[in-house]
Amino acid sequence: MDDMYREIIIERYKDPHYRGTLDPHDYTFEDENPLCGDQIRVDVRADEAGMITEAAFSGHGCAISQASADLLIESILGKNVEDVKKMTKQDILDLLGIELGPVRLKCALLSLKVVKAGLYGLGEASDALVDDDEEF
Amino acid sequence: MNSSIPFDLQRIRSDFPTLQRQIHNGVPLIYLDSTATAQKPQSVLTAMDEYYRRSNANIHRGVHTLAEEATAAYEGARQSIAQFIGARTAREVIFVRNTTEAINLVAMTWGRTQLQTGDLVILTEMEHHSNLVPWQMLAAERGLRLEFIPVTDDGLLDLAVYQQLLEQGPKLVAFTHMSNVLGTINPAKEMIAAAHQAGALALVDGAQSVPHLPVDVRDLDADFLAFSAHKMVGPTGIGVLYGKEALLNAMPPFMGGGDMIKKVTLRTFAANTLPHKFEAGTPAIAEGIGFGAAVDYLKTVGMQAVEEHEQTIIRYALERFAEISGVTVIGPAAEHKGAVLAFTMQEAHPHDVAQLLDREGIAVRAGHHCAMPLHERFKLPATTRASFYLYNTIEEVDRLAEGVEKVKRMFA
Ligand SMILES: Cc1ncc(COP(=O)(O)O)c(C=O)c1O
Repeated sequence: MDDMYREIIIERYKDPHYRGTLDPHDYTFEDENPLCGDQIRVDVRADEAGMITEAAFSGHGCAISQASADLLIESILGKNVEDVKKMTKQDILDLLGIELGPVRLKCALLSLKVVKAGLYGLGEASDALVDDDEEF
Repeated sequence: MNSSIPFDLQRIRSDFPTLQRQIHNGVPLIYLDSTATAQKPQSVLTAMDEYYRRSNANIHRGVHTLAEEATAAYEGARQSIAQFIGARTAREVIFVRNTTEAINLVAMTWGRTQLQTGDLVILTEMEHHSNLVPWQMLAAERGLRLEFIPVTDDGLLDLAVYQQLLEQGPKLVAFTHMSNVLGTINPAKEMIAAAHQAGALALVDGAQSVPHLPVDVRDLDADFLAFSAHKMVGPTGIGVLYGKEALLNAMPPFMGGGDMIKKVTLRTFAANTLPHKFEAGTPAIAEGIGFGAAVDYLKTVGMQAVEEHEQTIIRYALERFAEISGVTVIGPAAEHKGAVLAFTMQEAHPHDVAQLLDREGIAVRAGHHCAMPLHERFKLPATTRASFYLYNTIEEVDRLAEGVEKVKRMFA
């Protein structure tokens, strides 16, 4: 029916690999997409060197938002916190392997926004975190 | 099925340029989002185009030919709309931007002068945010008490609770005539009579009812009625606040500026008469004229016919959707319902459903439809909503149901 719903997206939506919460954790953040009700929380553990050792997401929402969270968690495991802070919108699109219009882009980027807000220790997640055209 | 359609559907469809469109490599558009905004017939586009091409001028006060033509067209539209809703006079028809502005106008003029600390305003759990937030803002400013008529599990207002609330002496009852999510058509006439009996005024949010049902303000005895042109085949940027003349006369003006005044000195002004008192500044002239054309279009078709056609559609849609397992439609049975079909699918999120239907050429909406408290009431973060209008067909309901079944298979 549609290439936006590649098999991997539906699979990860139905059967995510990294769903859950971590307690204790070193970083955590939660945010939602008020327009469509997508909601994501991410918990992260890192070692002294700043390498991400464990991460998990929880929440609910559409296939795009949930699959992108699962794929994002997979991709940040073993990475350094500083490198994850530099991840961009394009990285998410590469993970998903699809093109998205402006409305669905928000769904796809929610998890990255949450992860970055958590790693930066922000009080509130800003869209600037996932806007490749803005300096953050 | 065609025998029960009270008008020439193919002719109606041919009046709407967007409905001729194909999207995504030749898939015909199936537009099922008229509750958000309706498509526009050629006559509305032509009326606005004619104004800009032939008669473009500011209205009122001008004496040259173009100004006179423009004023006549704009005020003619007001007359036409007044007649459409059964107003006693066109002075009761105030042009505003949309339903939202109409309700805010009442809150900020009538509300600010008539409501005091502790006064009760009755709303319902099925309101659009535009009939909630203005009252929340005023309540915060004035210390008002807001109470809500609950919604039952089958999507109806709990009128027994309404009766109890009325015993507490409300000043205003403000409710939607037709829910933009459940499709529920509320018994407005009875609710208004009960409000009056309790000494309260009644404001009706007609954003969904005026486009889809015959609505007569005198028959309803509504004190205020708010509606938007864009949901009734007219343009965006224009809507109406209807108010009883005596009430409007007693209210202070809304915004200050040109057109709303009779006389201005450096320190004082005298407000203009109705309807201009509430229409400060240059209005949306082309849109007003387009609104008139929209109402003329609906008058020609006949609102009774529109209502009957939509009843046929929603009855069929409810039957068709009842056959799809795992899909739940919220809202009442067809006899209490306009042509709005909000549903959830066990397997897939509303956003994904809407996105995949779009690939089939089917335009539906997903989300909370500006009714977050109502979704909370049903413990749903979002729904997918298909809504129908005079130009939709039974075949389109079938395409929708087939599309939904296809999505379901994908996520199964
Ligand atoms: C019941 C209801 N009330 C109010 C509104 C607000 O209309 P507008 O956005 O034109 O002001 C809508 C529109 O969605 C509606 O459906």
